[in-house]
Amino acid sequence: MANVFSRIGDWVNERAPNLAPTYRKHMTEYFAPKNFNLWYYFGSLALLVLVNQIVTGIFLTMNYKTSALEAFNSVEYIMRDVEWGWLIRYMHSTGASLFFVVVFLHMFRGIMYGSFKRPRELVWILGMLIFLVLMAEAFMGYVLPWGNMSFWGAKVIISLFGTIPYIGGSLVEWIMGDFLPADATLNRFFALHVIALPLVLLLLVVLHLAALHEVGSNNPDGVDVKHGPKGNKWNPEKPIDAIPFHPYYTVKDLVGVGFFLTIAAFIIFFAPTFGGWFLEHDNFTPANNLVTPSHIKPSWYFTPFYAILRMIPSFFGTAIWGVIGMFGAILLLALLPWIDKGEVRSVRYRGLGFRIALGVLVFSFLALGLVGAGVTAEVIPEWFPGADVTTWENAFGRLMVLGYFGFFVFVWVYTRFGFEKTKPVPERVTMHD
Amino acid sequence: MANEVVDHGRRRFLTVTTAVVGGAGVVAAVVPFIKSWEPSARAKAAGAPVTVDISAIEAGQKVTFAWRSLPVFVVNRTKDQLAQLKGLEPRLLDPSSSDSAQQPKYATNETRSIKPEWLVVIGLCTHLGCVPDFVPDIKPEPFDANWKGGFYCPCHKSRYDLSGRVFSGVPAPKNLPVPPYHFIDDTHIQIGVDPKEAG
Repeated sequence: MANVFSRIGDWVNERAPNLAPTYRKHMTEYFAPKNFNLWYYFGSLALLVLVNQIVTGIFLTMNYKTSALEAFNSVEYIMRDVEWGWLIRYMHSTGASLFFVVVFLHMFRGIMYGSFKRPRELVWILGMLIFLVLMAEAFMGYVLPWGNMSFWGAKVIISLFGTIPYIGGSLVEWIMGDFLPADATLNRFFALHVIALPLVLLLLVVLHLAALHEVGSNNPDGVDVKHGPKGNKWNPEKPIDAIPFHPYYTVKDLVGVGFFLTIAAFIIFFAPTFGGWFLEHDNFTPANNLVTPSHIKPSWYFTPFYAILRMIPSFFGTAIWGVIGMFGAILLLALLPWIDKGEVRSVRYRGLGFRIALGVLVFSFLALGLVGAGVTAEVIPEWFPGADVTTWENAFGRLMVLGYFGFFVFVWVYTRFGFEKTKPVPERVTMHD
Repeated sequence: MANEVVDHGRRRFLTVTTAVVGGAGVVAAVVPFIKSWEPSARAKAAGAPVTVDISAIEAGQKVTFAWRSLPVFVVNRTKDQLAQLKGLEPRLLDPSSSDSAQQPKYATNETRSIKPEWLVVIGLCTHLGCVPDFVPDIKPEPFDANWKGGFYCPCHKSRYDLSGRVFSGVPAPKNLPVPPYHFIDDTHIQIGVDPKEAG
């Protein structure tokens, strides 16, 4: 038997001699710093969720009907009549939310340890492109069940393009293919959600990993292991503080996968709507273009950006400023390698100012999420009876918008004009064992 | 080989012309795909004018009709409600309806309508297109202690008065649009056709 396998191996090798070296380059001979911690789980977990979304998505398309008349009922059909259909759909919907959980943590890791800094700017930019495509993918996926929140979410998000001066109105009609989100809109979103965007996403993921493996992984100390001493027990040429990705990190990542799947399974089985956060209650009624849900709010992972949109008022007869703010919030993240001019990567050795600013960024981002989800509008009357909700919500929300954008302004000034007092960075990675 | 000397000028010319002609071809080929996203003939046909009966709408009442699948509000305003409109002007963004894109000429007046009591507006918030709620009563509301009746958008809290004029300091930038319409007789309105065209 072994003989047969080795003969097949030889046969392939003869015809594709680069296959085995490619595998070694990215797995058994990809040397990653040996001090990865918990924060380094989220990249591989994102890949796991991507696979889950593709597999469950393929099976959902087998019973989903792409038509404004049938879409809602076909989703209910999947939930009630298709054998295990509920599980497949909940795996897909929970996966979508967990995708963002994992990606947000992955991005936070990158900011915290300076993984976006030279020489990894390209990795960061590709990652931000993945994030953009992922948001488009999630938005269009949310429209497909054609519930009332799908419809109104689509309407509000597409209307964002209507705020662009002059071309806005016709652009909106072009995107919808009608005067309202309609059958044409649903069909094109389906095509983009199941074919076009996943292809782009996969390509970007491959490029993201290729770019990473070219420069090598960062680590919690932000130390360049490539520039440190050479010679580990596998290869005398490779950094002493690095270990092969396979089997060391594949095995480590499996532990993360175990924890992650436990949490995911708990949500899928016991709290698939997650109290209205993962699947909103208003989406359990069919789309109705004459009745707006009383509280339109996007899925939780869009709420921070949505709050920025809401908190910026219109000036000069146009509402485009909020839209610019919302997209600017993402653009500034993408430009972080050029905004943050600090030489030291890891937060462990950076100045106090950066640590505080990072805390402010995280706090404002989470607070904006609560504002965008309408939590503040509910809490203010309870905590402060008699207070004017709109005034206080706007005051709080706008303060958080300032906090979010303030991070970028502060970090630029702080690092550009030499205010940052960094700690000495060690020569080699520090091990905490 | 007779001519081993490469004619670089000729080569560059051929490269550029090939690229330009090929590029033009690609651009031309993209056009049908982009145009395919525009509203289809069927979607446009569904946007034909509609005639509605307003005889059953009592004073102070609002009825929503669908035109181009857009909700069109028809409100029969009472004298009281009309009287409130004047005092609101300092709190409004565009009290005199100066933005000509938001209503036809024949509705550019104090009541933004052909007949003072009958308001006809497209019931979509000019912020991001939600359907505002009709809150006609003149009484303090949680969102406005000084409420004189009007429309309140549940999405982002934009407020409009009973002429569809937007308040200052809310996300919506413009007054609710008035669609083209005309009175066929005292009890019927045709939405989608100007009085002139109806002739």
